[in-house]
Amino acid sequence: MKVIKEKHSLAMRWAHWINFPLLGIMIWSGLLIYWANDEYEVMIFGHRFIKFFPEWFYNLLHIPHRLSEGMAFHFLFMWFFTLNGIFYVLYTLISGEWRELWPQKHSFKEAWLVLLHDLHLRKTAPPQGKYNAAQRIAYSAIIVMGAGSVWTGLAIYKPVQLNWLTWLMGGYHLARIWHFALTLGYVMFFVIHVIQVIIAGWNNFRSVISGFEVINEPPKPTAHDEEKS
Amino acid sequence: MSLQNPQHMTKKKVKQPLTVEQKIRRREFLSFGIFGTLSAAAYGGWKWLYHSPEEQAGVTAGARAPLRRALNKTELFFRRLTFNENHLVKTYPVEMAAKTVRHNSDIGSEGDVDIDQWRLRIVRKDKSVLNITYKEILALPKTELVFDFKCVEGWDQIQHWGGVLFKDLLTHFGLLKEVEMDYVGMMTPDEQYYVGLDMPSAIHPQTILAYEMNGKPLPAQHGKPLRLIIPVKYGIKNLKRIGTIIFSDQRPPDYWAEQGYDYYSGL
Repeated sequence: MKVIKEKHSLAMRWAHWINFPLLGIMIWSGLLIYWANDEYEVMIFGHRFIKFFPEWFYNLLHIPHRLSEGMAFHFLFMWFFTLNGIFYVLYTLISGEWRELWPQKHSFKEAWLVLLHDLHLRKTAPPQGKYNAAQRIAYSAIIVMGAGSVWTGLAIYKPVQLNWLTWLMGGYHLARIWHFALTLGYVMFFVIHVIQVIIAGWNNFRSVISGFEVINEPPKPTAHDEEKS
Repeated sequence: MSLQNPQHMTKKKVKQPLTVEQKIRRREFLSFGIFGTLSAAAYGGWKWLYHSPEEQAGVTAGARAPLRRALNKTELFFRRLTFNENHLVKTYPVEMAAKTVRHNSDIGSEGDVDIDQWRLRIVRKDKSVLNITYKEILALPKTELVFDFKCVEGWDQIQHWGGVLFKDLLTHFGLLKEVEMDYVGMMTPDEQYYVGLDMPSAIHPQTILAYEMNGKPLPAQHGKPLRLIIPVKYGIKNLKRIGTIIFSDQRPPDYWAEQGYDYYSGL
């Protein structure tokens, strides 16, 4: 028998879908800024392994020579990005939904089992609540990363007036590297997240828009059955 | 065809409890309808902003009008919340200063300048002009500063500058009424490059008019004979080869603020 099961609260769904375009705009405008001094690369044994970013990538996205434009967009949308994040964190704390989200002691061990299961290397997955162990870690980490982006961003934005924060973030250079690395992290998160959502299927995807999942429940046992057991 | 059985109609009005399938369909329709509508609205809003008209050219120019308003408001917020003249820029031991100081632009300071001919022109509030020679500036107390110079592009470099505190210069020449004003404007002798500074930043205890770099007189590339070093601002505000200084209660023209950059550009 089909049953409607409430899954995601309205506040969580709002925060999720508002964040999606905001983060997109922040990453894009961040690229416009980064281009003006694109000094990061991955060196392995003196060989340049990855350059952030190659010319073709910039040209494809029309990034070059738009620093002032990038700053103007970045310093407007940072407000919405931050406020939406604060809203979500406060809601999650006050509503108590954090209990289903924040990793538990056994989550870190269990996450491996989830990963092995997802990679079809293990038959069974550990029992879970709303989120499995890997999800708890991922969806909590992404919030911590969001906070990290705000703090490192402020450290780069006002390194004199907020010099205590710049110091706390490891200085101007390190704050800028963190700010950049976190963005790469979002992109990786996004790719894995989308693949997982596609694999999980329609019922799961629908729940983040409609709030509910449909589950098949076996018919309820009658009083007579219960007596027997 | 239009005739309907009245009995049938009343029958239809009796509300049946919704089946699970109907409930699912109904909630899907509603939530996806709202989701689609809001997505379209958000996309429309973005399109509007992205194609919004450029601001009217004035002291600032070159940014989209709504974004310029946001820049100004955001800066005001951070200024009021965080600016404090006692917040000092971190200083470094002089050995850490770069030997080869980065050079980005020559606008307004191309070629060489004759130090004997050069004068610092200061236009007082009453429009009278004070002409100061290079030697008069050298006679004032010298302040040295080794700090991390930050460019709006994102690079930074520890540099060593020496000169007179702007605050000291104003006091020495009795420009007390001028200090009460809201803004300082500085421009190169050819007026090709110019910056506007809010007074609190201009009289910040680390803002200097520099005539030395790494202990030697300024080379032409770095603003010979006198340049601004204002550590609480991005490099774009650190004007090279000062010709004229003015004071105003309105924002003086600013080269990069006319190219879409934030007027305040404070750190």
